[in-house]
Amino acid sequence: MRRRWIAAALLALLALVAAACGSNTTSSSESGSGGTSGASGVQPGKDSKKVGFIFVGPKDDYGYNQAAYEGSQAVQKAFPDMEVLTAENVPEDDNATRIMQSMIDDGAKIIFATSYGHLDPAMKIAEENPDVVVVQQGNFIKGTILPNTGTYFGTVYEPVYLAGIAAGASTKTNKLGYVYAFPIPQTIANINAFTLGAQSVNPGVEVITVNTSNWCDPGKQADAAASLFSQGVDVITQHQDCTGTITKAAEAQGKMVVGYHADASSLAPKGWVTGSEWKWDDMYTDIVKTSVAGGFTGSKYNANYRVGYKTGENPFIQSKYGSMVTPEIQAKIAAAKQDISTTGSPFAGPVYAQDGTVLVAAGTVPDYAQIEEFNTVFVKGVVGDIPKS
Amino acid sequence: MLLQVLTGAVRGGTCILYAGLGETVSERGGVVNLGIEGSMLCGALAAYAVTAETGSPWAGALAGAVAGALLAAVHAFFVISRRSNQLATGLVVLFLGLGITSLFGAAYVKAEINAFEPWAVPGLSSIPWIGQIFFDQDPLTYLSYVLVPALWWFIFRSRWGVLLRAAGERSEVLTTYGHRLVPIRYAAVIAGGFLAGIGGAQLSIAYANAWFENMVQGRGFIAVAVVIFAARQPFWVAAGSYLFGAALALSPVLQANGYSINQFALDAIPYVLTLVVLVLLGRRRAADAPEELQKVFEASVR
Repeated sequence: MRRRWIAAALLALLALVAAACGSNTTSSSESGSGGTSGASGVQPGKDSKKVGFIFVGPKDDYGYNQAAYEGSQAVQKAFPDMEVLTAENVPEDDNATRIMQSMIDDGAKIIFATSYGHLDPAMKIAEENPDVVVVQQGNFIKGTILPNTGTYFGTVYEPVYLAGIAAGASTKTNKLGYVYAFPIPQTIANINAFTLGAQSVNPGVEVITVNTSNWCDPGKQADAAASLFSQGVDVITQHQDCTGTITKAAEAQGKMVVGYHADASSLAPKGWVTGSEWKWDDMYTDIVKTSVAGGFTGSKYNANYRVGYKTGENPFIQSKYGSMVTPEIQAKIAAAKQDISTTGSPFAGPVYAQDGTVLVAAGTVPDYAQIEEFNTVFVKGVVGDIPKS
Repeated sequence: MLLQVLTGAVRGGTCILYAGLGETVSERGGVVNLGIEGSMLCGALAAYAVTAETGSPWAGALAGAVAGALLAAVHAFFVISRRSNQLATGLVVLFLGLGITSLFGAAYVKAEINAFEPWAVPGLSSIPWIGQIFFDQDPLTYLSYVLVPALWWFIFRSRWGVLLRAAGERSEVLTTYGHRLVPIRYAAVIAGGFLAGIGGAQLSIAYANAWFENMVQGRGFIAVAVVIFAARQPFWVAAGSYLFGAALALSPVLQANGYSINQFALDAIPYVLTLVVLVLLGRRRAADAPEELQKVFEASVR
């Protein structure tokens, strides 16, 4: 009898632990008293003493979420009196709504929803709390943009284009490999920019793509890398959430690697070419500063804000160079960056799709909105099909 | 290209093979363990962490095995001593493993290790085809080549194997002859977790060379399916594991070679394969399943 009791107690303990891990919110979800008051006169986020951040993954994933977390810590540093609330592993569903609301109940008047799929919960929260600034990272609001909302992002394909130049100049076999997870617009734009960058210095180069249908399955990544290397690929890059496997596989095989999300040069001291990494510090800090001053509504952040080399400080920056990137190539990359920052674009025409149709006519320089539109197909020089469901 | 797929089959199939051999031992002893995926996760993390701390992948592999065994011991306790439902408990144990490894694994996502390297066996590796497929792999893969016949001998030719099978087939007989059922079943389940732990270790410190939460991604469940249609025969488990390894390797190899095939369909192949084989073999092989396992299924269906 006693043993049964102990077993029951153990089970109860397990259940408690599971429940504690599963959620960190209370059940209260009343919206603020001003929930339905008119927007006129409200200055969302003004004089906020707390700011909330939600992340879809763990804060130390060596990638996207870690970068966002580090940005939140930069906000803390810039505003020592501000209380920074963070929540990791927030799913892209009603849980996000609950967690954001509990942050607001706790006094936060500025909320950063940092994952692509956090948009819908974030917009719901924004509607219910007109006095709170709710900004979302990387997605796009279609239709009306409420006075207290906005999305923000960098133009990720710009540094990827520059990395493509380094890769195209470094390859000996003229075969580059790209391992990606899913054909979302951002990934397609990256693959195309990488290819165009490589072709700009090495017209004969091709980029072989392999998708893994998973943001992080290290086993599949190992398979993908092995099959690319056996095709003669000597520079590999990736768009995955966890990046260690492919980086280390390249180093072990004596191949070169271009990073994504974070500086992983320590994993590949010989093969590291360059890469792109996130640095959100300045943008986060500026959004908080604008909101606290009461100037969010009508500001550039009260929109689908995209910043690139042309319009300001891109939060997606270039990683350091490996030894194979000669000063000569570095100068070429610097010139390309200068060009993109002023009159050019990674997608300056002519750009052809895989099937030969013209995506961008010769002499045309597309703007950021146009670039998001036509990157639904691969450009010429990419080997592989976009999976269709 | 076929060579690439077959090499990939062994490289990617080995972790499934270890887990499958573990499940074989467990089921031969009369206990289904769906938590084998959790044991692989614990094995993968423990192996990675210990390799990172000690610098020795062999110490890591051993730690992985022990971690897998510990998680299986939880399953054994609830199923054997508390008589809980085997299938439900297995799933709970899986989520327990997932939770524990996500919690403690975060610190090791960034750790760097001195992993197992592929080592070409002198002489054997120069045999065309066979050499490239089987003898240019990591040490844990070579160990699995020895383990398959050894386990076959253990189950079907050794005295211990008779006791194990008796525990799975007719536990009354075992009791009648004065053997105790409970310790034998505990040993079977824990040994199964031990092997699955090595499978997880192979995944993290020999194959993928990384740790990330939930990195096993269903390979443990594939192993359970392999064991069912391989009728708990070690050699068939090996064949089935390599078949799944090949199915997993097919997609990247085809893509890297520039073949345009619907990749979502390609990704479904391993699972479609499971269903097809289960349908084809299920009825015929059901009679071969250990008697005590059939009781389990009957009891849980009712």
